[in-house]
Amino acid sequence: MSPKDTITLPDILRLEDLTKTFYVKPVFGPAKVVEALRNVNLSLRPGKALALVGESGSGKSTVGRMIVQHHMPTSGRVLFEGQDIAGFTTKPLQMAYRQAVQMVFQDPFSSLNPAHTIRHHLQRALRLHQPDHADEAAVKRILEEVELDAGTAPDKYPHELSGGQRQRVNFARALAVNARLIVADEPTSMLDVSIRKSVLALMHRLKEERGLSILYITHDIATAEYLAEDTAVMFRGQVVEQGPTATVVGQPRHGYTQLLRAAVPDPKVPLTGGDGAFARRAREVREAAAAPVRAYTQMAPDHLVAHH
Amino acid sequence: MSQDQSPLMQVQDLRIEYLTAGAPFRAVRDVSFDINRNEVLGLAGESGCGKSTIAYGLMRLHKPPALIRQGQILFEGRDVLAFDDAALRAWRWSEVSMVFQSAMNSLNPVMTVLGQFSDMLNAHQKTARARVIIRTAEMLEMVGIPAERMHAYPHQLSGGMRQRVALALALTLRPKLIIMDEPTTALDVVVQREILQEVLRLRSELGFSVLFITHDLALMAQISDRIGIMKEGEIVEIGDTNQIVNAPQHDYTRTLWEAMPVLEQAEASESEAAHVP
Repeated sequence: MSPKDTITLPDILRLEDLTKTFYVKPVFGPAKVVEALRNVNLSLRPGKALALVGESGSGKSTVGRMIVQHHMPTSGRVLFEGQDIAGFTTKPLQMAYRQAVQMVFQDPFSSLNPAHTIRHHLQRALRLHQPDHADEAAVKRILEEVELDAGTAPDKYPHELSGGQRQRVNFARALAVNARLIVADEPTSMLDVSIRKSVLALMHRLKEERGLSILYITHDIATAEYLAEDTAVMFRGQVVEQGPTATVVGQPRHGYTQLLRAAVPDPKVPLTGGDGAFARRAREVREAAAAPVRAYTQMAPDHLVAHH
Repeated sequence: MSQDQSPLMQVQDLRIEYLTAGAPFRAVRDVSFDINRNEVLGLAGESGCGKSTIAYGLMRLHKPPALIRQGQILFEGRDVLAFDDAALRAWRWSEVSMVFQSAMNSLNPVMTVLGQFSDMLNAHQKTARARVIIRTAEMLEMVGIPAERMHAYPHQLSGGMRQRVALALALTLRPKLIIMDEPTTALDVVVQREILQEVLRLRSELGFSVLFITHDLALMAQISDRIGIMKEGEIVEIGDTNQIVNAPQHDYTRTLWEAMPVLEQAEASESEAAHVP
């Protein structure tokens, strides 16, 4: 966590002034311009997890999609191990990048092919990316790594598994291609509370034991604290605060982070109807935080807070 | 508001089964509980534990293959299961209403907000258009939406606003009980907090009971007076919120608490966050 580490280990992923503008033309009504991302700068250290926290529509999923090249940046760069991913134009370079970076989606019910067994899902990934290790033993080894029953799981179809188990298969698939960076977009938000933590624990273990880097996209600041060394908070396409998770969550300095932090349900604090103070504050903070960021103040090493 | 101290709703030995090709699946297994006047009763459990089935069953909104096999539902002493269709229609919404999990699906996409209020008001009592407009404006203001948005279609509103509209619709006929089935699951925490505080404020203003269903125990503990914990169709533990939070008796309740990642730095920053300029 010391600044020294950051110097000795180059960032596995770096976003530089990333901007994305969508032009939306609905069937009815006028076309409009949506500024999904505005000058986003982020970095992820190898073997660590960066949590990207924000409400729906804040642009956090757009960041994830740009990293896996679903969207191209309007301006700015995505650097993977120091190289601009826009430069990966040849087939071998593209293949290598796709192998290194994998995505795990929010919905475990629609992200597996219902017509194929778990064995098929994993073997296909193995054959494409590690042809020498595509045998049954490799499938079993990977299933064990994600804590699934290697004896029975290969012959099962996705519908025979629970949401948590399916999400494990998705992580297994990322392991099968030997990914070094996993972009996990709300991987636990559709799971039951009672199994959410076990999937987080799996991610934590993969990070610690396999040295995987994880970009963890979430709206749940409590799970960010559990998993990630660093946290960046996004609002309306801008990063409003970033730094070590303990600092960002423990002593939030930006108004929006404080609001988000205060809104996390705490079973020990009963809610009352009140006088609408929270709603008023929420309105003020949202208005203020939507304005363009003028500058960032460095509160502590690596702890940046936006000014609007 | 009645000063009556007897429970608003009494559920006794309720059993709901889903017919399947094989043996019927018992989703709700002889469950008994009361909902008191002016109380928020929470019902928590994992998906598939039967909590939503209970919610639908209480309003008799369950559809085949779900069947109420036995038990009794008493609302202010009246036997809900004995209502005929007309009585049921009159009872629903005017005395018991419901806010569904996803407001996106519970509002009619091809009708303006005003249209939905008009539909609902006219279903219970023929209402003049001018009166409908006044009533809609009142209700929207009450949940914090500018009255002019009544002419908007659901897709023109944000998720939080749609959930507020659903809440306003549920409150319009001044029901005594509102059943909320995961009302804020699709919303982010800030909006969730705003809406739930609104519900609590309206409750102290208007006086109604809430049956609050969610899988988020922490949230439930924040707003409920009493909490019931469900597992596999049974209520394994029911008690005051304080007791369920601080001294859970049943192993399963403890397991549920342990399964949740809870913010460790909760107290430290809560006080600091209160002093936001």
